[in-house]
Amino acid sequence: MHFTINGQSFEAEPDIRTSLLDLCREHLGLTGSKKGCDHGQCGACTMLVNGRRINSCLSLAVMHQDDEITTIEGLGTPEDLHPLQAAFVRHDGYQCGYCTPGQICSAVGMLDEVKKGWPSHVTGDLDAPTFDDGEIAERMSGNICRCAAYPNIVDAIREVAESNGDTKIAPRQPVEAGA
Amino acid sequence: MFGFGKGDTNSLTMNKAHPESLLDSSAQDVIGKPIDRIDGPKKVSGKATYAAEYALDNVAYGYLVRATVGAGKITKLDAETAKAMPGVIDVITDYATFLRNPQQGGETEAPTQGVEQVAYYGEIIAIVVAESYEAARDAALRLHVDYAPSEGRYDFQTHRNEAEKPSPQQIPPYHEQGDIEEGMKQAQHRIDVTYTTPSQNSAAMEPHASLAVWEDGALTLYGAYQMPASDKQQLAKSLGVSADKVRIVAAYVGGGFGSKLGIAPESVAAAIAAKRLGRPVKAVMARQQVFDATVRRSNTEQRMRLGADADGKLIAIGHETITSNLPGEDYFEPAGMATHFLYDGENRLITHDIVRLDWTLSGSMRAPGEAVGLIALEGAIDELAEEIGIDPIELRRRNEPEQDPEKKVPYSSRMLIPCLERGAERFGWAKRKPAGTDRRGDWLYGIGVASAARSNQLQKSAAKVSIDGQGKAHVETDMTDIGTGTYTILGQITAEILGLPIEDVIVHLGDTDAPPGAGSGGSWGAGSSGSSVYLACEALRGQIAKAMGVDEPSMTLKDGRVIADNRSVPLAELVGDGMEATGEIAPGRQEKTFNQASYGAHFAEVAVNVVTGEVRVKRMLGVFTAGRILNEKTARSQCLGGMTFGIGSALTEELVHDPRNGKVVNRDLGEYHVPVNADVPQLEVEFLHERDIQANPLHAKGLGEVGICGAAAAVGNAIYNATGVRVRDYPLTLDKLLDGLPVV
Repeated sequence: MHFTINGQSFEAEPDIRTSLLDLCREHLGLTGSKKGCDHGQCGACTMLVNGRRINSCLSLAVMHQDDEITTIEGLGTPEDLHPLQAAFVRHDGYQCGYCTPGQICSAVGMLDEVKKGWPSHVTGDLDAPTFDDGEIAERMSGNICRCAAYPNIVDAIREVAESNGDTKIAPRQPVEAGA
Repeated sequence: MFGFGKGDTNSLTMNKAHPESLLDSSAQDVIGKPIDRIDGPKKVSGKATYAAEYALDNVAYGYLVRATVGAGKITKLDAETAKAMPGVIDVITDYATFLRNPQQGGETEAPTQGVEQVAYYGEIIAIVVAESYEAARDAALRLHVDYAPSEGRYDFQTHRNEAEKPSPQQIPPYHEQGDIEEGMKQAQHRIDVTYTTPSQNSAAMEPHASLAVWEDGALTLYGAYQMPASDKQQLAKSLGVSADKVRIVAAYVGGGFGSKLGIAPESVAAAIAAKRLGRPVKAVMARQQVFDATVRRSNTEQRMRLGADADGKLIAIGHETITSNLPGEDYFEPAGMATHFLYDGENRLITHDIVRLDWTLSGSMRAPGEAVGLIALEGAIDELAEEIGIDPIELRRRNEPEQDPEKKVPYSSRMLIPCLERGAERFGWAKRKPAGTDRRGDWLYGIGVASAARSNQLQKSAAKVSIDGQGKAHVETDMTDIGTGTYTILGQITAEILGLPIEDVIVHLGDTDAPPGAGSGGSWGAGSSGSSVYLACEALRGQIAKAMGVDEPSMTLKDGRVIADNRSVPLAELVGDGMEATGEIAPGRQEKTFNQASYGAHFAEVAVNVVTGEVRVKRMLGVFTAGRILNEKTARSQCLGGMTFGIGSALTEELVHDPRNGKVVNRDLGEYHVPVNADVPQLEVEFLHERDIQANPLHAKGLGEVGICGAAAAVGNAIYNATGVRVRDYPLTLDKLLDGLPVV
């Protein structure tokens, strides 16, 4: 079979039971994507398939012939970080680092969903979705961080969203005591 | 420190105060600064290598097999069907050697071994090894095991009256002082309540993993472990080999929170399988197995008695706790740990009893003791304030001790009241309303406060620091960074003392070929390992001064240059063929002479839905003191993490044990609910300035756990303030609140 991962071509004959995650981690040497639960419950394995974020542990490799797959390694390198990767470093949007590749891939996919106008569970007006901290937190809740860098993850994503001219994000309101 | 030669060892036992710190007199000005993690770029680009990710040749995949009875003996393990499956290499077990359960942190002996007699549901009894992960998993699920089941003890309530006093150990299980009954009798105001907390799981994002490879009779184990120095000894003893034949590599660890302090069953299973097959074996626990067969935080039942005089001065404190563990295991959850020293009061009774249950081993989870103990103590303090009719912060102020009320020794430094006062000011505490009175539409709002306290400990720790011909420093120790920021703070300490840009410090961690470090646990990592690096750098300063031909105190090191005697020389020109020194720190009399602890104050605001009972945390602030803060950014993150653990503990986290067989029912992340992003508001953290000269040469204290201590109680107290409903059975789920909420 033929796989396109991070713009590179790979030939592989995966076991029909092999998940996309294990194909990358165990057969192609791409260990950036993590396995935290193997059940789609934690999000550590999040990758982008044809631009959309998925839990790669819940997807069989054999389903992805000719798909465009992006893993964390495809977003940037330590020497040349993607803006979200750089923002995660600046804002300390991680601690142990294990959920981080999934968080960042998820954030890339999520910002694209926002750009397309997709609403979330907390969106007030489905026809005119707005974007704020609550939306970021809701939309990133498929990615567990047990070190709990959540406030920093929100800050990092917010900063990138603000610098993207095309994502309208509501300014942060100071939380008033007793408000 | 003048006169050190190459290869010096600079040792310090903390027997007295260390008032001067090179971190104050050095000129690089990097210590404490909120610099980005030096391991950050690797972590965010997927280039940090965790245990299961080392690319070794010819790795075989192991899948662990669990016992499916709560108690009994294995009578038959039929491997034939499994072995006949394509790709399966072998089904391996060694009933005597396999680990029954993990080891506790810091132990140097093997944990309890022997799996034929099943001690708890989910015990690891065998490993299936195959050419692929899928083949191993498939075969493991088809393995046929017969048991002769026996009676077990699976229900806490059924057996709670059989609780026993633990054997004497490092933490004394009992403390009795004065007369608690008499104190309670004399008290004008009394609280006598029982809080309960459930079993919990650390649920670090990286499941326990071991990749074992033998070469020439020596084992290298790439493992997800917090304390390689003692883990290595545990592993060697478990396998019956000498410790110099075992190397553990744990360069990156995907979280631990106590669950990876000691070796877990997958380590020995992988090592035995790798030896038998003569090739590397990788054994990664499935998430469910992490819940089944690593460690849980014990459930607790805590009777809390407080007796105060008319002015609110405590005259009686009783904290009697019952926790659970497997038969034969010493560890108990030290829930009364902070009660020993947090508040004044002459009549005291603090006890820890254990109920023997055939449940998964109980052991350390983030802030063992305080994390759940302060739920009871700080809840009861809130209740007492309500009973007396004074502000809970004022009540704490009135019971601020001048010295440790039990050991009668001074505090090394203690800023609990300033933390409470600063937090009150910043959080808007003065706007707090009477319980149950702040209704906004369908939501009841409330705010709560709780003290945070966590004992500070120093552990023996060593590190080597060398300077190469390019003037770059290399730090080597088997200390770990489990997300705690160790790479970065050790780099900062080195950069500060040696006067180097942080980029010129390279930190190597988690390899037992390097000097043994304290490991990550008990909040002692930074203070202990950091001090060993400090001492190594101090010795190097002596070597540099000698090479420069000047007195060490007159020398300034900055930006890679040595400045003294009206000369400024690049460090690289002075080091010759390199310099190195080893630093060693050890605890001493200071631990007994002073009570050392980190403190803080948690403030939480919640909204409780009057229709559904749903609780949302709206705001939360933690103000902390932990001596010198070594990196403001990573320190803040540690506290965010602790506070979030507190939110989980207050609202959602509960391991459920099946009373019929002890099985962990909710053994995955879909059913064991840790907080997700949407559960956590933009938490705020503030550090107050503090230096602790009694603790160590860094003047820093532990920080990794103080953030969870008291956090759940602040949420619980806020729920009470919102609703007027006091629930003492944690977690505070909506079903427990509904009956007390206003009629809709």
